[in-house]
Amino acid sequence: MLRFILTRVSLVIPTFLGITFLTFILIRLVPGDPIEVRVGERGIPPERLAQFRHELGLDQPLWQQFLDYVGNVLSGDFGVSLITRNSVFDEFVTLFPATLELAFCAMLFATLVGLPAGILAAVKRGSLFDHGVMGLSLTGYSMPIFWWGLLLILFFSVGLGWTPVSGRLDLLYYVEPATGFMLIDTLMAGEYGAFWSALHHLVLPTIVLGTVPLAVVARMTRSAMLEVLGEDYIRTARAKGLADRRVIGMHALRNALIPVVTVIGLQVGTLLGGAILTETIFSWPGVGKWLIESIGRRDYPALQGGVLLIATAVILVNLLVDVLYGVLNPRIRHAR
Amino acid sequence: MKRILLGAGLGMAAALALAAPAQAAKTLVYCSEGSPENFNPMLNTTGTSFDVALPVYNNLVQFEAGGTKVIPGLAESWTISDDGLTYTFKLRAGAKWHSTNDFKPTRDANADDVLFSFNRQWKADHPFHKVSGGSYDYFADMAMPKLLKSIEKVDDLTVKFTLNSVEAPFLANLAMPFAPIMSAEYADQLLQKKTPEKLDQVPVGTGPFQFVAYQKDAVIRYKAFEGYWGGKQPLDNLVFAITPDAAVRYAKLKAGECHIMPYPNPADIEAMKKDAAIVVQEQEGLNVGYLSFNVTKKPFDDVRVRRAVSMAIDKKAVVDAVYQGAGVPAKNPIPPTMWSYNNAIEDYPYDQERAKKLLADAGLPNGFETDLWAMPVQRPYNPNAKRIAEMMQADLAKVGIKAKIVQYEWGEYRKRMQQGEHQMGMLGWTGDNGDPDNFLYNLLGCEAARPGGSNLSKWCNKEFDDLAVQAKRTTDIGARTKLYEQAQVIFKEDAPWFTIAHSVVHVGLNKNVVNFKMDPFGVHRFLDVDLKQ
Repeated sequence: MLRFILTRVSLVIPTFLGITFLTFILIRLVPGDPIEVRVGERGIPPERLAQFRHELGLDQPLWQQFLDYVGNVLSGDFGVSLITRNSVFDEFVTLFPATLELAFCAMLFATLVGLPAGILAAVKRGSLFDHGVMGLSLTGYSMPIFWWGLLLILFFSVGLGWTPVSGRLDLLYYVEPATGFMLIDTLMAGEYGAFWSALHHLVLPTIVLGTVPLAVVARMTRSAMLEVLGEDYIRTARAKGLADRRVIGMHALRNALIPVVTVIGLQVGTLLGGAILTETIFSWPGVGKWLIESIGRRDYPALQGGVLLIATAVILVNLLVDVLYGVLNPRIRHAR
Repeated sequence: MKRILLGAGLGMAAALALAAPAQAAKTLVYCSEGSPENFNPMLNTTGTSFDVALPVYNNLVQFEAGGTKVIPGLAESWTISDDGLTYTFKLRAGAKWHSTNDFKPTRDANADDVLFSFNRQWKADHPFHKVSGGSYDYFADMAMPKLLKSIEKVDDLTVKFTLNSVEAPFLANLAMPFAPIMSAEYADQLLQKKTPEKLDQVPVGTGPFQFVAYQKDAVIRYKAFEGYWGGKQPLDNLVFAITPDAAVRYAKLKAGECHIMPYPNPADIEAMKKDAAIVVQEQEGLNVGYLSFNVTKKPFDDVRVRRAVSMAIDKKAVVDAVYQGAGVPAKNPIPPTMWSYNNAIEDYPYDQERAKKLLADAGLPNGFETDLWAMPVQRPYNPNAKRIAEMMQADLAKVGIKAKIVQYEWGEYRKRMQQGEHQMGMLGWTGDNGDPDNFLYNLLGCEAARPGGSNLSKWCNKEFDDLAVQAKRTTDIGARTKLYEQAQVIFKEDAPWFTIAHSVVHVGLNKNVVNFKMDPFGVHRFLDVDLKQ
């Protein structure tokens, strides 16, 4: 098992280097450097421009800047935001819990709804329910997040007044952040009203962000179940006279879960990508919204650090999934 | 772990239930469009960042609510020497500083604070000069380092500024967001604690609202400052709910989650106006979008050609199609909200026959070929330069002018235009200090016509320049108005620009908001704003 994990971890290193290089290059390909974006029409005298570029290290050759950056990152220094002058790592740590909380709720929603829906659709193959689930999941998968989010806001928040339009907590409450997870912080503070408010604020963004993974999970579960249900051991189980619930729950589901878990792991990347849009719509103070603003301001360190840290999170989750996969299916961890 | 109850909330209501008649706290929620860079306007150039600092700070002088006239601020009066070089400010006695958990002021605002606030930006050896990056763009752009000769403390409540040359807009410069007065005592304390950058993150001012907390990218909280020299504000709390998407801001306004929203989508404005619960305010922005003719290049050295192009383009169609209600056609180089705007001037009519005749007079009966530069980015005064260029191209083709659209990356574009590489090109300007000098001298004066200067047309008209320079050296506003009015007449006759449009800015308000006035500078101020209950 240890060997399996070590092999997986060693594969991560080139991925990291690749990501660092790509974000470094891509943001520099976007026209306009941080100073030019700031000065607008008025322009800036060449000597002041040169002075600022020197202070920010932008006058160094690109390869030098890259090597410096990699060196700093390796020693745990992600640099300082060019705009706020705060440590990029600190800013990330302040904002990431909000993204994580939202992504976790979205994944929970996708799994809790998608898994049973997929199982039922497989068991009742060809039924109206099956067609309904598959049709809806295709729709969910193809829907633009931005449009879907605004639609839900207009219907539930503006029309019916059931949910708040945006934000994380009613402005009535002020809870000093401890963990950064609003649900936990409000409970720790003993503020049940605030907890309800936080939960309320989570509903729409969770649905919006969870829609695509939900569709994927439902479809994947259905097809994996269908495949497993056709296996000999299922027929054997049935022949032994086991109850349907036991056949499906114990024998079929456990085997069908393997590809589903993989897909859920892969969805983490999609989720963090989707979070950028969802956070912008719902004014959710997470890393997605922060990255969008950093692009506009050409805040190189914030953008590079942010993308790298998010990539780390995605890689870690995938690593975890790989390990979990091994737990679910012993054949995988023993394969050479 | 503490909770602060804000607003007319249940908790507050419950707490006050026994103390009849209960007067609930008034909280105004402003759905702002983005996160501030920090809380020090000396360092910033964006309206978003200015907005968050304005409630906290006072300047020596300030602009009157909703206008560009300069009125007393932290200085209750001032005198200008006869030669126009010395400004002596008398500070308000008893102007209190806000206090925070970490800072308890021991004295009122005085001359030391004024010196601190200007020297930080001015003197490279000041202990705070390099803090938070130290890019004082506006201080530099308004030529303050060149202008200032000395700043002296005469006594605790008197400060004397001496200038190197006469500059009538100087007073207006001091009212700009980059010139707030900060507490030297607070700065000293922070320096001793080795956390000087906190000065720019946890602001302490003398303004009407005091800063309470900022949750990054989410919420900024202020409360009314009881000790404000102008008296306590009618509001108790002011909250900025950061909401970057315009459609969502509108949804929040409709759902009653915020009272004021800036920058609605142009497409939503009609619906907002029809909503009985919402009031829409609109105002021309302090800006102008224009097409510059480079008078140093043929054929634009001929005024007849410049006039012909001005008549060949259907300005109204361009503004209607591209600005979609968020712009008005411009006839002058300064916006209508600015003092000395000359409304008597008549714009060139859209008349292609006359344009052809003018071209024939200029010896170009078959038109000519030219470039037409369009910036690659959206700007406040021009939402889509490419689209405008295409419409101009089509109009010009009808009088025989073949225009080729040229685009560069934004920084490069601006640099090349300032060098005067173009024949015709679009750009614009957003006003800084509300003074016509900021447009007329800055963008059309002879000094700015040098290569690299911001007079893109490289137009140096002696008569115009004399007026602009004379107005700069005159401190009487009545006399200056006459000079600028005359300068605008010359501008129109000589047509160095085809003036395109001034943007129109909108703000949506809940109908219960009282006394909110749009600011011509495009910032948002909450002084004396109230909520009907």
